Amino acid sequence: MTTTTNLGSKPPVNSVSPLTWVKKNLFSTWYNGILTILSLLFLYGIGSGLLRWTFTQAQWGVIGANLRLFFVGLYPQTLIWRPWTSLGIIIIMGGFSWGILTRKGAIFSRTTLIILGILGATCVALSIPAGIQSSLLLWGMLFLLIIGAVVGRRVGTRIPAIANWLPLIWLVTFFVLLWLLEGGLFLRQVRRDDLSGLILTLFVAIVSIVLSFPFGVLLALGRQSSLPAIRWLSIAYIELIRGLPLIGILFMAQVMLPLVLPSGVRLERVVRAIAGFTIFTAAYLAENVRGGLQSVPRGQVEAAKALGLSIPLVLIFIVLPQAIKAVIPTIVGQFISLFKDTSLLAIVGLVDLLGISQSILASPKYLGRYGEIYLFIAVIYWICCYSMSLASRKLENQLGRD
Amino acid sequence: MTNEEKIPFWRDDRFWKVVIQVIVVAIVVAVFIFLGSNLVRNFQRLRLNFGFGFLVDRDRPASFQIGDSPIPYSATDPYSRAILVGLLNSLRVMVSGIVLATIVGITVGIGRLSDNWLVRQIATVYVETIRNTPLLLQLFFWYFAVFLRLPKIDNPVIFLNSIFLTNRGIYLPFPAGSLQTWLSLGFLVLSGVLAAILWRRQTQVIVRGGASGRTLQMGLLGIAIAAILTIIFGLDWQQPQLDRAANSLEGGLNLSPELATLLVGLTIYTAAFIAEVVRAGIQSVDRGQWEAARALGLKSGLVMRLVIFPQALRVMIPPLTSEFLNLAKNSSLAVAIGYSDVYAVSNTISNQTGKAVEMLLVVMITYLSFNLIIASLMNWFNRSVQLKER
Repeated sequence: MTTTTNLGSKPPVNSVSPLTWVKKNLFSTWYNGILTILSLLFLYGIGSGLLRWTFTQAQWGVIGANLRLFFVGLYPQTLIWRPWTSLGIIIIMGGFSWGILTRKGAIFSRTTLIILGILGATCVALSIPAGIQSSLLLWGMLFLLIIGAVVGRRVGTRIPAIANWLPLIWLVTFFVLLWLLEGGLFLRQVRRDDLSGLILTLFVAIVSIVLSFPFGVLLALGRQSSLPAIRWLSIAYIELIRGLPLIGILFMAQVMLPLVLPSGVRLERVVRAIAGFTIFTAAYLAENVRGGLQSVPRGQVEAAKALGLSIPLVLIFIVLPQAIKAVIPTIVGQFISLFKDTSLLAIVGLVDLLGISQSILASPKYLGRYGEIYLFIAVIYWICCYSMSLASRKLENQLGRD
Repeated sequence: MTNEEKIPFWRDDRFWKVVIQVIVVAIVVAVFIFLGSNLVRNFQRLRLNFGFGFLVDRDRPASFQIGDSPIPYSATDPYSRAILVGLLNSLRVMVSGIVLATIVGITVGIGRLSDNWLVRQIATVYVETIRNTPLLLQLFFWYFAVFLRLPKIDNPVIFLNSIFLTNRGIYLPFPAGSLQTWLSLGFLVLSGVLAAILWRRQTQVIVRGGASGRTLQMGLLGIAIAAILTIIFGLDWQQPQLDRAANSLEGGLNLSPELATLLVGLTIYTAAFIAEVVRAGIQSVDRGQWEAARALGLKSGLVMRLVIFPQALRVMIPPLTSEFLNLAKNSSLAVAIGYSDVYAVSNTISNQTGKAVEMLLVVMITYLSFNLIIASLMNWFNRSVQLKER
């Protein structure tokens, strides 16, 4: 018997006929066959019911009529350009960072093109409920995304160090957006309690994560500290907050904050809610960052000390950059769960995405349209969360490779 | 001692360590004093006073109804009784939620690793959909779009002539609670203990003796058949009976729409997270372990039971604990759909009496003790499955 070895050529491609694929993946054993048939029945039951409901019973008019409410809520109609501009800035910055981070690989791979194509088609499809104007604006946004990506790539290859400045650039963008949305300083002030809909959801989630980040890092450092008083205080805070349900903390922030502040100070509801989310998220972020701190080898600290750096400098320049880089995916995960948790705003009387759907449902015109509205906002939440988790997985690979 | 050897105190590490701690403690104490004095002043301004006396005061009845209560309760009972009802309601949801979510979660987690392509896809879609939408939205969906939309009681949806779905709740068959039920339960517990002993012996026989353990397997099968027969015929099941004249359903177990929503919502949400824990746990076991076990001639069921699962369990328990804790905390969302758990009851009392601080303390202590109990149970379980090294 002779064996032929052809080194250097590619392995043979196993071409699988559909029938063998079905046999191998669906009917390999008798119980797999039964499972397949049961799953098919299950899918048929759910699918046919859902399709029948979608096309015969559901009345989708409620979505189209309230589209603006879902996204920007009660934001003043005349100032609507401000959310649009903010979205544009976010998209340009997103494209820019994307271009910088992927400067080494191919930017317009097949998957990216497919995703862009789907986005473009969605923008076109949106013109039916949202009107031709919004659809064109969305097309413009897509265009901005691509321009941002191309520019980011150019800049990234010319000045590679800019990748390290991205977090700072985003922080500046955050304050610009805050100014743009809330007004003040040359712009008309919009009352914070007037923010509602998806814009409030995003506002609360982003402001809370930014605020809780420094607290979380400090608490994590405190928990790892060798000074007993600081360590025990940090542990007490973290464990106490992690043991309480979020809704309790939110109510506490609404009811207790006015009681423990001097009687002259009045905080808006949104600010109190953000305080609650910040108190809550800081404890969870601290645990995430602690994981990163523990992953930094001791040798790094010892080497830095041997070079004569003082303890604060060791922490700022040696330990924290490595620790935070290691936990970026977990921090994104924390942000996703914070984004989902902002739906609790609806219980404490604020009109976020879920709250606004509750108030639409309360109007007699749309009585009983629960299925349609909940499905629609579920899709919005899903798109936001799923795209963030995909991006964080990409980022994880990217950081792992560097 | 010469002057050069003495370090000035501002360059001494020990000195700074003490100073930093003193400063931090001083700041924390100052913040507490500031907040506390404001609290006292605001209490005086609003004419509130602090104290837990109102909880047991017979002259101040709770004066609100509680929809479903496992113990007798009326609006004339004191507040402490209302809190007790809330506690029992919470415990009911947490315990059954944890059991159900574990069962569903393990099933889905194994489904995600199945050989069957279709099962894998269904499990993936389930996990990715549920994990990426808020729990509160899911609860609202179940409550308003499903359970309250069920047909009226005169025209219920009936499964197998024993499960009735109506907009007044779900009616399930339930053991009647007669002497026969208790005797059968006793028998079930006994056979469970016996089965556990046999199972251990069988594992020992297989691992140590290298025998097939066939006789013990037969014993286990016998116990299983006896137990199933007892469950079906011995427990004295009571079917819900539809009384068309009185427009009511009698007998069996009645889950109110709120309780049903909370159970279904929490189970489905937490099960998606548990499924990921289970999948990660099984995947964390090295491929070589599978291959080695197969090479030794073990069948795939035994590979799972003797080699993979014990190792996966060690990885799974800590994240599983945190999922259980999350479920316990998330059960407080009951307040959004009007189920009277301990948080909802405390909230009502706090609104009614203005005793926000006291009720906050009650809620804190309650949830911290729930967490402590779950965490210590799971830690005990964790210790019992860890590798016992010398």
